[in-house]
Amino acid sequence: MREVAYSDIVNAIKNLIITTATNLPEDTIKALEKALEEEKSEVAKEVIRQLLENAKIAKEEERPLCQDTGLAVFFVKVGEDVKVVGGSLKDAINEGTELGYKEGYLRASTCDCFTRENLKDKVGYNLPAVIHFDLVPGDKIEIEYAAKGGGSENVSRAKVLPPAAGKQGIIDFVKEVVSDAGGNPCPPITIGVGIGGTFEKAAISSKHALFRDVGTRNPDPELDELEQIILQEVNKLGIGAMGMGGTKTALAVHIEKNPCHIASLPVSVNIQCHSSRHSHITI
Amino acid sequence: MATYHLKTPLSLEDVKKLKAGDVVYLTGTIYTARDAAHKRLVDLIEKNEKLPFELEGSVIYFVGPTPPKPGEPIGSAGPTTSYRMDSYSPTLLKHGLRGMIGKGKRSKEVIEACKEYGGVYFGATGGAGALLGKKIKSAKVIAYPELGPEAIRELEVEDFPVTVINDTYGNDLYQMGREKYEVKN
Repeated sequence: MREVAYSDIVNAIKNLIITTATNLPEDTIKALEKALEEEKSEVAKEVIRQLLENAKIAKEEERPLCQDTGLAVFFVKVGEDVKVVGGSLKDAINEGTELGYKEGYLRASTCDCFTRENLKDKVGYNLPAVIHFDLVPGDKIEIEYAAKGGGSENVSRAKVLPPAAGKQGIIDFVKEVVSDAGGNPCPPITIGVGIGGTFEKAAISSKHALFRDVGTRNPDPELDELEQIILQEVNKLGIGAMGMGGTKTALAVHIEKNPCHIASLPVSVNIQCHSSRHSHITI
Repeated sequence: MATYHLKTPLSLEDVKKLKAGDVVYLTGTIYTARDAAHKRLVDLIEKNEKLPFELEGSVIYFVGPTPPKPGEPIGSAGPTTSYRMDSYSPTLLKHGLRGMIGKGKRSKEVIEACKEYGGVYFGATGGAGALLGKKIKSAKVIAYPELGPEAIRELEVEDFPVTVINDTYGNDLYQMGREKYEVKN
């Protein structure tokens, strides 16, 4: 059994949080550069230029890309042959998150649902993190992280379609979600689509789909084709960067599919703003 | 699509010349407020009490910035989604508010109030918080410090870049832009 020190995980998570808040990943930058080339609207082009300039300033001056530094979301694959010593893995991730948000001068955005009171003093600075664990063979801990802002979560939706709705039903539902959202989720967006499983499995899959590098192709040819069809369809909506009108409403569509119940076709659409702040480490 | 450089406070004449789609660079004092602060401002108006800043000609920026690093006036400071302020904005426009900066669609009531009282809704680029934060030269909390990121701050901005979304003539850039680029199947 391999042993990993609690404090090593805390430090790794802290650094991951700080660098992800100020560095737009290369895949997202490339996707924005491509959108700038292809966009037809001058107003939207100017928005995309500002986003690229913003990414440059954020990196050079170590300033958060956006004031909404998000809730911390993790997908963690824990090897069956690795053990954390000195504390629990969950506590280490939360402690690293709190330190990263505090020391990186990031915003504490967790609050009570009803009183809306910020939880920074009662629970912890921007705590709790949202963590999805999975057990896998091996002796490594793989951690995927994203800072997920509120504006794009607010317009995300899940629905269980009748099986007869099929692929067309999925295309129509994604289009409806994006159309209703308009400029609110800060387009150009990435669209995570979770298909199948149960109600919550579809939602978690749609979130995980957003962790894939923006614009990389789906290895499953059938899903790849569906991604391209949906992308084309949503870009016909005309919403454009920041909703000011244009041909690039979405940068990419990412789909994850699971087997589902014979009676259902669950679909979840999770929207990611243009500032797709994600990264991963293996410990 | 014209470009203007305007100084705050804004006059009725200033905003009357703006049309949806115009680019404006704002310089001068603006105020920050989000949902909680808006509620308090409207409560004060209803009670006929004095507001923490002069509303006539003012511009309110919907923002909840990140904490400043030592020695800096403010952290990252991009716009937040504006619809949450929709129920409060018409009252403020009626009492002299001249400009609002945010992102995303406004309600019919806000668009109507812009027309009736002479106000403009500007869009700033969401997610460009680092770039926009640099246009803010100073910041001080002038009311409701207990609200944290939602406190009212007085900001001095220089060439703060915004686009006119809703003008004083009832135009809406979100609708106009989308209609122009929508491809119907």
